[in-house]
Amino acid sequence: MIEKIDKKERMKIPRQVMPQQDPKERIHNFKEVPFGLSEEQALVEAARCLECKNQPCVAGCPVEVDIPGFIDLILQKDYAAAARKIKETNSLPAVCGRVCPQEEQCEMKCVLGKGKKGKPVAIGYLERFVADYERDNNLVELPKIAPSTGRKVAVVGSGPAGLTVAGDLVKLGHDVTIFEALHKPGGVLVYGIPEFRLPKAVVQAECDFLARMGVKFENSTIVGKMDTIDELFENGYDAIFIGTGAGLPNFMGIPGENLIGIYSANEYLTRSNLMRAFEFPDYDTPIIHGKNVAVLGGGNTAMDSVRTALRLGADNAYIVYRRSEVEMPARIEEIHHAKEEGVQFHMLTNPVKFIGDDDGKVKAMECIKMQLGEPDASGRRRPVPIKGSNFTMEVDLVVVAIGNSSNPLIQKTTPGLEVNKWGNIVVDEKTMQTSRKAVYAGGDIVTGGATVILAAGAGKIAARAMHKYLMEEVKK
Amino acid sequence: MPKVLDNVQIGPLNWKMKVEIPRLVAKAKAGQFVIIRVNEHGERVPMSIAGLDKKNGVLTIIYQVVGKTSALMTTVPAGGQLSDCVGPLGVPSHIENWGTACLVGGGIGIAPIYPIAQAYKEAGNKLITIIGARSKDILFYEDEHRAIADELYVCTDDGTYGHHGFVSDVLKKLLDNGVKIGMIMAIGPLPMMRVVSNLTKKYNVPTWVSLNPLMVDGTGMCGGCRVSVGGETKFACVDGPDFDGHKVDFDLLNKRLLAYKEQEKIAMNRFLKEPGCKLAESVKKFTYPG
Repeated sequence: MIEKIDKKERMKIPRQVMPQQDPKERIHNFKEVPFGLSEEQALVEAARCLECKNQPCVAGCPVEVDIPGFIDLILQKDYAAAARKIKETNSLPAVCGRVCPQEEQCEMKCVLGKGKKGKPVAIGYLERFVADYERDNNLVELPKIAPSTGRKVAVVGSGPAGLTVAGDLVKLGHDVTIFEALHKPGGVLVYGIPEFRLPKAVVQAECDFLARMGVKFENSTIVGKMDTIDELFENGYDAIFIGTGAGLPNFMGIPGENLIGIYSANEYLTRSNLMRAFEFPDYDTPIIHGKNVAVLGGGNTAMDSVRTALRLGADNAYIVYRRSEVEMPARIEEIHHAKEEGVQFHMLTNPVKFIGDDDGKVKAMECIKMQLGEPDASGRRRPVPIKGSNFTMEVDLVVVAIGNSSNPLIQKTTPGLEVNKWGNIVVDEKTMQTSRKAVYAGGDIVTGGATVILAAGAGKIAARAMHKYLMEEVKK
Repeated sequence: MPKVLDNVQIGPLNWKMKVEIPRLVAKAKAGQFVIIRVNEHGERVPMSIAGLDKKNGVLTIIYQVVGKTSALMTTVPAGGQLSDCVGPLGVPSHIENWGTACLVGGGIGIAPIYPIAQAYKEAGNKLITIIGARSKDILFYEDEHRAIADELYVCTDDGTYGHHGFVSDVLKKLLDNGVKIGMIMAIGPLPMMRVVSNLTKKYNVPTWVSLNPLMVDGTGMCGGCRVSVGGETKFACVDGPDFDGHKVDFDLLNKRLLAYKEQEKIAMNRFLKEPGCKLAESVKKFTYPG
């Protein structure tokens, strides 16, 4: 065990920098960009923690991970125990260590981050380190599974919300089956987030772990098309969790949008990530390789798309966003990575029309410049077009990454399931219960497009309430 | 994984595959489709439903070898497996008693109109069925259609069998002769669906067509299957596949179907050159003569 050093000394230790692939190299491959901390670095980084009594970092975490607790276990060099400590409240540390916006959550609250030069403890790096250490050294232990309760649970969708619910409920002794529409489990973690940000082997390991705990996976099964929610009840399920995500892409609604070479981000990323079109023709699914690629939008999905375009050989990869960089919803780290890789940012720019060639392929995009006006409903300044500022950009591939609406399949086939005007399922936030008895929901299908950790957090809340319901109200 | 019970060649380029998948078959209705993936490296391809054996839980798919994936499908032996088969997808065909309904099937489209014909018949329609193919040896399902149609017309483009000419010629003659048809459903190659739709528009007979654009997930998630119908963008996977033929922008669909022409060639050529390529010599010859 490392001797605890004086707080003042700890504050002098610099935040560790995660080694990463050189930008010039990495734009030619799909391998993960950051390599992860070494054990030495992790120990140094862990030693920076001031162990604040009031634990502001924990309050900043949507699932209240015992951060000082797991950092202390790192200092004791019991990395597997540290990973298990995280798993007490977060089932997916290897995923969250990579894709959580820590800078807006735990790390934002860290006392070390206060002040101009302050840099918070790299909680995300440490989370990833212990999760990877546990997995790579085969130290993943099955938690104790409670004796069978005889209650059956169906989880619809295998994204972060569904995986979390399944993991929590199977541990409590329930019989859990996950229904997934696609042929591989993981939801957005598999089809949406690229390999270079979240290796698919990491997601697969999480799913394998759940399977080892007894969770059953039924892939290629679309609830609402195969069995409906009501039919699942008839088939003996006692409670159901809906975590189907935000699966209906928004388009701009401007002329020329159906030209060849205009993808929704969902399609572009699904082709590349789930179907592995970046390995065509070793894999059969093709993808269009653009030379001049414009990605519309400013979120993480836009960054994932534009960085994918670079890796697929784009000479010019543009982010085209109607507001300014400050308003971009993407993580700072992702924007930073994109810039390092040579992505060109066209801020305050909005497409008004796509122009095609004789074969129906997009060849250009007419845009208009924008300026920021009064704040709108989101609190961000509303972008207003500047008259007469139209100009044309030459593009041969456009990816529309302006968000998703909710996929209406479950809502349409489930009588009595209340939805709001956007089609999102309405829940009681304390339990995630829907308007239907024994039906719970969480993740993007409730909130609209949000983050992995918020979905996982919703899954935690739902699992707790579902367990209570199953034990108290379902007689066996 | 879904089991392939049977996979046989039924013409120079057409194959019939039977897949055991009871839960899907129990739910499937005429006009819907499935998405299959042949193996782990395979793409997801939509396939029309050509038959549903509800009793035994068996799905029939009839497919034409047009590229790598369909060529690969021919190599799956009876008793083998598909990686995935998901569905039923899309909205079932609208079934109603219109008095007389007419089904028009061209080429591979002869297959998916069969379950729809059965459903139309069950709804009490008088059934006029017109099927056509390029040549006699490409025709299939004649007996099946004859068994349920009140009137069956068979045509070949080259005159080797039945009426010499296109399905649309036969349909035009019927309409010119004043045959009252309440509803037409046309499925086949895009040019055929376009010609039929243009024709029936003049006669003011409502006409459905079933569209088969490129797809990935088939659940509305990717939007790759967008089609323009009456000036509105629709997703064929969740809003279709059946649409009002008088409103479909066939030009756009035609172009979008060719989006991956180059990649398709690369994939097919590579497949043919694979050592031990199990593709039948007859198919190889037909696909790449010489």
